[in-house]
Amino acid sequence: MNQKYLPLIATIIIFVVSYAACAAQYPNILSTRVIGNLLTDNAFLGIAAVGMTFVILSGGIDLSIGSVIAFTGIFLAVILQNTGIHPLAAFVLVLIITTLFGAIMGAIIHYLEMPAFIVTLAGMFLARGMAFVLSIDSIPIKHPFYATMKTFYYKLPGGGRITLIGGLMLLVFAAGILIAQRTRFGTNVYALGGGPQTSALMGVPVGRTTIMIYGLSGFLAGLSGIVYSLYTSAGYSLATVGVELDAIAAVVIGGTLLTGGAGFVGGTLVGVLIQGLIQTYITFDGSLSSWWTKILIGALLFAFILMQKAILFLSRQNRKYS
Amino acid sequence: MQNTSNDILVAAGIVKTFPGAIALNRVDFSLRRGEVHALLGENGAGKSTLIKCMTGAYRRDAGTLTLDGDEIDPRDTLDAQKLGIGTVYQEVNLLGNLSVAENLFLGRQPRRFGLIQTGEMKKRATALLAQYGIDINVSSALESYSVAIQQVVAIARAVDLSGKVLILDEPTASLDAQEVEMLFGIVRDLKAKGLGIVFITHFLEQVYDLSDRITVLRNGQLVGTRDTASLPRRELVTMMLGHELQSVEKAVAAAETASGPVHFRFSNYGKSGKIKPFDLDVRKGEVVGIAGLLGSGRTETAELMFGVHKADSGSADIAGKPANLSSPRAAIAEGFGFCPEDRKLDGIIGELSVRENIVLALQARRGWARPLSDFEQNALADRYIKALDIRTSDREKPIRLLSGGNQQKAILARWLATNPQFLILDEPTRGIDVGAHAEIIRLIGELCAQGMSLIVISSELEELVAYSSRIIVLRDRAHVAELTGSEITTEHIVNAIAGATSLGGVQ
Repeated sequence: MNQKYLPLIATIIIFVVSYAACAAQYPNILSTRVIGNLLTDNAFLGIAAVGMTFVILSGGIDLSIGSVIAFTGIFLAVILQNTGIHPLAAFVLVLIITTLFGAIMGAIIHYLEMPAFIVTLAGMFLARGMAFVLSIDSIPIKHPFYATMKTFYYKLPGGGRITLIGGLMLLVFAAGILIAQRTRFGTNVYALGGGPQTSALMGVPVGRTTIMIYGLSGFLAGLSGIVYSLYTSAGYSLATVGVELDAIAAVVIGGTLLTGGAGFVGGTLVGVLIQGLIQTYITFDGSLSSWWTKILIGALLFAFILMQKAILFLSRQNRKYS
Repeated sequence: MQNTSNDILVAAGIVKTFPGAIALNRVDFSLRRGEVHALLGENGAGKSTLIKCMTGAYRRDAGTLTLDGDEIDPRDTLDAQKLGIGTVYQEVNLLGNLSVAENLFLGRQPRRFGLIQTGEMKKRATALLAQYGIDINVSSALESYSVAIQQVVAIARAVDLSGKVLILDEPTASLDAQEVEMLFGIVRDLKAKGLGIVFITHFLEQVYDLSDRITVLRNGQLVGTRDTASLPRRELVTMMLGHELQSVEKAVAAAETASGPVHFRFSNYGKSGKIKPFDLDVRKGEVVGIAGLLGSGRTETAELMFGVHKADSGSADIAGKPANLSSPRAAIAEGFGFCPEDRKLDGIIGELSVRENIVLALQARRGWARPLSDFEQNALADRYIKALDIRTSDREKPIRLLSGGNQQKAILARWLATNPQFLILDEPTRGIDVGAHAEIIRLIGELCAQGMSLIVISSELEELVAYSSRIIVLRDRAHVAELTGSEITTEHIVNAIAGATSLGGVQ
């Protein structure tokens, strides 16, 4: 079997086993209602995590996405409160802003040869600051279009619903998988993760690819912000603090190598669902503190980092004696 | 236009200068269709500079490049590749995390409606590799295959992209004999298809095995281009080392083989991939010279003895007791010292003062818990600056400001301060002026008179002849000859390096 699928398979096994364990204790977890909610509640995280997967696959990191989500939410709330602009037009506008924001970070990272960590850290403060400039209050969104959007859903047998935002997340994952596996851009992302100098020597347009990667991450962070504003019907500049870290955790638990070059967008979906499952279990239990989510995610992350090391070690051993 | 001459790539009068050095001085090189042309020379001869000028990695300062009768001026390696010149390096320059097929078709994957046709790509990759007699799963990651397979993939990509000239820069350095044979088979096939192939290696056996013509460079100058079949090895080695072959007889009488008991004994000592197992006995007060071409395993021998690489076979004894030489730290504890070949890279720490550089090894041996006092450090530094005549305005001067010879003496002082029993000097006289040269040689004589055992690695054969009581000759990563007493002449060394069967008979 191909070794590169090992982390992905491990993630899927962990998800299935833990889902089965939860279901054994609370059979209701198997209901389509819970599954539908799992998708809806984690839609914004999932969409942002797709962008993060591309960034990490290329060997970079994007710390700005939590702030960009909050900025998008407050931007939509303010603009819908103060102008008569249609929400769809506002969506397009904010997506252009966040995509440009990401692309500029990518250009700085490439042309000024700055570490992605520092550039996107600056981007994180900048976006959060811009959100505060727009408003420091939580602003509700009462536009009738938002109410209409909430009525769109696909009814599953058993009463569960795939909401608009839950379905959108699945679509984004499908598109992400296609881009990563079946386009030259996708291969170039993996190539950058394998080594930027070698990639350049082999003819990969390193600058263009880097700008596109961070632009994509910015676009998806903006889309995630739109989803979050639909989900909460409000904009608040202090929202989604630390979501970038949840997204990184989902990517790593999903089997992507933090150093770049290996992993799958599909794995990230499983990583997001594992996080969602832990939260759901804690809700079902009722007596556990929600901090247990963090503790379990931490433990899982450690386990995955160790597993990746072990797989790397084993594959080297294999090559030596093959 | 029909190209009447059989030359595919011609470089004429190539000049390349770096600040303070002429790397290539009006070098001519021509490559024919369907030939393997070996490019040889010692370190710093200008081989890689010439290659880089031909592939556009460097811009040449003067001279012309002609490919297939048309003048070309590649701006970078990608440009050269488009023109038809492909290069494969010793370190495989592909992406190990991508699949074999992706590596072969990166940037030119077959697409339909903007999506890569994975099936088609795999089919083409499999077909491409089949031409090289290789049948592997092309969707596995490249890094899951051996270096030899990776080299073949690199060659397949380079040939597929360029298709006229293939430059192989030490492709065999990390391959075993069987893999080298496979690679050579592929190179011969490509040659039969009419490609011009430039082959760079340090292994003379491989040169004679594979190449049709040989071009030798030395110090940025063209020494000559000859047909391999009519060039005896001995002459080739002479061309590379640049020695007029008058036999320098041993001048120094002190070199009667030291007759004391063997103090340091290495038996069957080796490490696969670095140096074949060797036996070496060294007596107290003896200078053992090590000769051989670059890449023959000279430095590897030294590094193995000093524990830079851990031996995977054999044992080392000191005065009859087994010694632990598993790391440089352990070797220093056993009384070993090592002045490496590349001072700038491995030896001096340029920003530190002369004093700090001198006390470094002694301090390391004592451990950081017991620092040398300022007074001791100063006394030590002053003593060696005086004893070795290190020319510096004061001991606190950053060592990078000193001349090469004085840096070399400071490193020597560093090891002498540890009072070693066994000192390895790798190219102690490289790149230093004549005066300092003589002093280093005088020092070597003094040191062994004090009962220290020395191993000296050098390309300067006259020098080795002058001070060695024995000379070990290396070829292709193995110890192939040991010369003692009256056998120690430059002629014998050259013969042994070239692999002539009898030591005495020339030709």
